[in-house]
Amino acid sequence: METLTDAASLGAFLHGLPGVDQVGADERAARLATRSIKTTAKARAIDLAISMVDLTTLEGADTRGKVRALCAKAVHPDPGDPSVPKVAAVCVYSDLVAEAVAQLKGTGVGVASVATAFPSGRAPLEAKLADTRRAVTDGATEIDMVIDRGAFLAGDYQKVYDEIAAVKAACEQAHLKVILETGELMTYDNVRRAGWLAMLAGADFIKTSTGKVAPAATLPVTLIMLEAVRDFRARTGRQVGVKPAGGIRTTKDAIKYLVLVNETAGPDWLHADHFRLGASSLVNDLLMQRRKLATGVYAGPDYFTLD
Amino acid sequence: MFEYAPAPESRDIVDIKPSYGLFINGEFVDGHGESFKSINPASEETLAEIACAAPQDVDRAVHAARQAYDAVWSGLPGRERAKYLFRIARIIQERSRELAVLESIDNGKPIRESRDVDLPLVAAHFFYYAGWADKLAYAGFRRSPTDGAGGGADPRPIGVAGQVIPWNFPLLMLAWKIAPALACGNTVVLKPAETTPLTALAFADICRQADLPPGVVNIITGAGETGQALVAHPDVDKVAFTGSTDVGRQIARSVARTGKRLTLELGGKAANVIFDDAPLDQAIEGIVNGIFFNQGHVCCAGSRLLVQESVAEELLGRLKSRMATLRIGDPLDKNTDIGAINSAAQLEKIRMLSEIGEREGAARWSPPCELPSRGFWFAPTLFTDVAQSHRIAREEIFGPVLSVLTFRTPAEAVEKANNTPYGLSAGVWTEKGSRILWMAERLRAGVVWANTFNKFDPAAPFGGYKESGFGREGGRHGLAAYLDV
Repeated sequence: METLTDAASLGAFLHGLPGVDQVGADERAARLATRSIKTTAKARAIDLAISMVDLTTLEGADTRGKVRALCAKAVHPDPGDPSVPKVAAVCVYSDLVAEAVAQLKGTGVGVASVATAFPSGRAPLEAKLADTRRAVTDGATEIDMVIDRGAFLAGDYQKVYDEIAAVKAACEQAHLKVILETGELMTYDNVRRAGWLAMLAGADFIKTSTGKVAPAATLPVTLIMLEAVRDFRARTGRQVGVKPAGGIRTTKDAIKYLVLVNETAGPDWLHADHFRLGASSLVNDLLMQRRKLATGVYAGPDYFTLD
Repeated sequence: MFEYAPAPESRDIVDIKPSYGLFINGEFVDGHGESFKSINPASEETLAEIACAAPQDVDRAVHAARQAYDAVWSGLPGRERAKYLFRIARIIQERSRELAVLESIDNGKPIRESRDVDLPLVAAHFFYYAGWADKLAYAGFRRSPTDGAGGGADPRPIGVAGQVIPWNFPLLMLAWKIAPALACGNTVVLKPAETTPLTALAFADICRQADLPPGVVNIITGAGETGQALVAHPDVDKVAFTGSTDVGRQIARSVARTGKRLTLELGGKAANVIFDDAPLDQAIEGIVNGIFFNQGHVCCAGSRLLVQESVAEELLGRLKSRMATLRIGDPLDKNTDIGAINSAAQLEKIRMLSEIGEREGAARWSPPCELPSRGFWFAPTLFTDVAQSHRIAREEIFGPVLSVLTFRTPAEAVEKANNTPYGLSAGVWTEKGSRILWMAERLRAGVVWANTFNKFDPAAPFGGYKESGFGREGGRHGLAAYLDV
């Protein structure tokens, strides 16, 4: 991969990427969504989906108690069934990382922290870096940062790149997920460019959305990002992950995303190391469908914990 | 690897009778020819015994159509004809799952396509032409100078239409033929292809369900001789044929100097042209959809891929990876992308031309895939290093076989794309709008798709240049074939 050392060559590279035809991309995503995943394939997909969830709470009203409850759910999603896999990580605001780390110690469940003035990203770089460092110091294993969409839309790719690179440095050992906030980028060409920009700057994951802007994750946007990570690996050898987040609520939705991964980036991405689902209410629907598959009957919502 | 478990669509919804007669004058009657079998190309199981219409049966059907034309249909006001067509369209929608399963069983096409493409288009065609039936005076054609029950304002129908359709889109081609004919006030005798008669016979049942007056639609089954007898019948006023260019020629000869109207929709060897500034990922989908849709049994299939040399290597690498994800097998499995080849004869033709391609020096490639042991199957196939002079670059293969050629400049792309006796369709892939228009002006093809392929809509006219035929089906233009204008 050539090194892109200045703003001009970075811009030229991003604008030299093949364009995305929106109609065609939407059609492809819609067609893959008609795949019919049944019986054994469905059982496997449900467990895979559970193991890929970043169980998330990102509210102003979050408390340590709320985080503790979420951590318990993350380790034992279905208290009555030990065969249910753990989720991948718990995702919280940076001031609650310490609590989550204490709860999840030794469980294998990661702690992800949003950082860099989430969700708007409108803060000075020093504040963003301080936010990140604090989360890392408190034990976060993953940082979910937001890009500066204003700078991106204004064409200042260098600023976006430099910020991502600086945050990556501040992450030390922690994995960096870069949130593109595709609902504000609007075009698929922008999504592809922002994805490449984040990967060039060192992202370990590219993530669709904060969940605070509509639309959040969509299938076509995720398709574009999966194509980007596939092409990036072909070019550089480095495998970057993808995380759609926001609005994924049902098992059906989750399975559509897995099919998209399987047939776009390929089976190498079908692991929590390279694909995550940012969600909260999704887990209970997955559990409900899981029990339905196993027993043949639906259990009511009261049989699954609300956390 | 994420293996998808089998997800078969249930066959229970279809009720295939052991044998079928001819549908003449609103009733199923025996034929005087030697009956034949329709088989499931995915398993070679016999589905039903089908009556064969001998010349006297053809005569009977044409007579029934003439009577219905004179006594009922040509005199009905457009709004009344529209009611029947709307009713048929709604019944097709109500029975769409049944018809889709039946189509996949008889034809071999994947249920995903019969369910998501064929059937919605079939219903849409009937709805579209139902809407025209009482507005023919506003279609831009010369108005009838004299009477007619429409008060002299509507252009008049032609009479009895003899229609012969192919096996690749059995029910959709039926809709393309019958909907405009009926909307314009004609009556029809339609012959479905020998290997795929079942959905046309189900349509006969739908005509009865819709209370269509007897004789307005007659369905006669049989092979080539039945078709010949139909188009040669002296009381047929209009012949419409979709199928191979060879048969089209024979038909043109047979109706010459008879005064019959004729429209032909024949073969193709469409160029799908990929420029270096194309949206590559979508172009890959367009290439796959262009040639592997319906096993490549598509007259407008994008069977010649013209790639700009500067992106050829990258594009072919991506195309191969994509082809490796195609799922071949049981047409009724909801995850199948490529179904069965329609008949042993067609499979033989595809094999023969592919072997010729190899012998002529083109490089053949297919992704690793397991084909079922029974039935007719052909792996999706890519030929590179193809020259314009190779037979696989010139002849219609009508199978899942793509020939790849390269070009250097837009002018060369146009020259190569047009260098074929056919001219049915073409595709252009570029992010540059002005180039799309530049190409569309120069490509000698009835349809030019820009950044998409195999896109159909009842409002869009469809038809060919050169040896791909003449006349247009669909849209306002499609009315002209069934009006005395």
